[in-house]
Amino acid sequence: MAGEKKAGEKKVGEKKPADKKPVEKKAGQKKVREKIKKPKKYHASRNPVLARGIGKYSRSAMYARKALYKRKYTAPETKIEKKKKEKPRATIIKPVGGDKNGGSRVVKVRKMPRYYPTEDVPRKLLSHGKKPFSQHKRRLRASITPGTVLILLTGRHRGKRVVFLKQLGTGLLLVTGPLAVNRVPLRRAHQKFVIATSTKVDISGVKIPKHLTDAYFKKKKLRKPKHQEGEIFDTEKEKYEITEQRKTDQKAVDSQILARIKKVPQLRGYLRSTFSLSNGVYPHKLVF
Amino acid sequence: MVFKRFVEIGRIAFVSFGRHAGKLVAIVDVIDQNRALVDGPCSGVRRQAMPFKCMQLTDFVLKFPHSARQKCVRRAWEKENINEKWAATRWAKKIEAREKKAKMTDFDRYKVMKAKKMRNRIIKHEIKKLQ
Repeated sequence: MAGEKKAGEKKVGEKKPADKKPVEKKAGQKKVREKIKKPKKYHASRNPVLARGIGKYSRSAMYARKALYKRKYTAPETKIEKKKKEKPRATIIKPVGGDKNGGSRVVKVRKMPRYYPTEDVPRKLLSHGKKPFSQHKRRLRASITPGTVLILLTGRHRGKRVVFLKQLGTGLLLVTGPLAVNRVPLRRAHQKFVIATSTKVDISGVKIPKHLTDAYFKKKKLRKPKHQEGEIFDTEKEKYEITEQRKTDQKAVDSQILARIKKVPQLRGYLRSTFSLSNGVYPHKLVF
Repeated sequence: MVFKRFVEIGRIAFVSFGRHAGKLVAIVDVIDQNRALVDGPCSGVRRQAMPFKCMQLTDFVLKFPHSARQKCVRRAWEKENINEKWAATRWAKKIEAREKKAKMTDFDRYKVMKAKKMRNRIIKHEIKKLQ
């Protein structure tokens, strides 16, 4: 404690000559003001240490020793807080119809609940790391890069060989036949239901339109029953129609890719063919 | 003579399984009924004992005395050009073809299928012409 006191005094001594220099330069009036503004002097700890982490005085004793009863500060009330103090009305006077009813009633604005459950809702246990699907980490196999030829394994295009374009926001793969080659349009495919071959088409300069996202490919559901009992099963949109936008997008992408496919000999025929297993062919032994 | 390839000093053998599977070695000496002292200076096999079971004899024989040191074996090997002679044999070519087939990618398999189809078509056409 003695040591700390000395440190405090040293601080004062250091500051004063620094203060005095500017004081001497300035006018006489300022000199008075500067002198009044003393540097803040902090008291050493009023709680002597008995052992490390243990002080001599309790919390309440320290409150008295530091004279905190005299040192109560409040932050100035801001305008927002002033506005908040205006309490909202608890009751409202509503007009009531019918004669002999007195014309108006006093109605509570916030009413008491009409039902209390028998048991309280139990407190939920803490959990961590449970993210919604939109925040999941998307992974892509190292063998799948833009331009890779993939073999689709499920869906109506199973067995067809297809060119991979890019991975979309939800993690699905954007893929195209191209349409002229094997009737597979711009479509989404799931990474897990696809075999990645080692054959790659050079897609370096191909520009894929920015509006091809998951929302573009999402299946549309039209449900506006409007409470009609008859003909509920005949929903609109039973037959899927190819929109004009899809056709233009398909042409835009395919024209670029077809040019590159033609450069590699036999690649077009390869994409036209389908994959199948036969006797003696074991997938675990095949090199794709 | 029923047997044509004998275990003798200098016989080149093909190692069929084990650590040195697929390599050629020369028999330098016989240790006992089951093992031989073997060396493959030009094929990356250190001088060591090797059981006969994992060796398959080839047609090639080198000339060096028994227990000759590696330098002599190497000299004899290079003089006979065993590596080139081996690569020219049908045995080695079959091994290479098998390896290539196993490494075929899906695209390669398609190309092979197309080539075979065309070849067979030509052959059948020629046969039909003869009839």
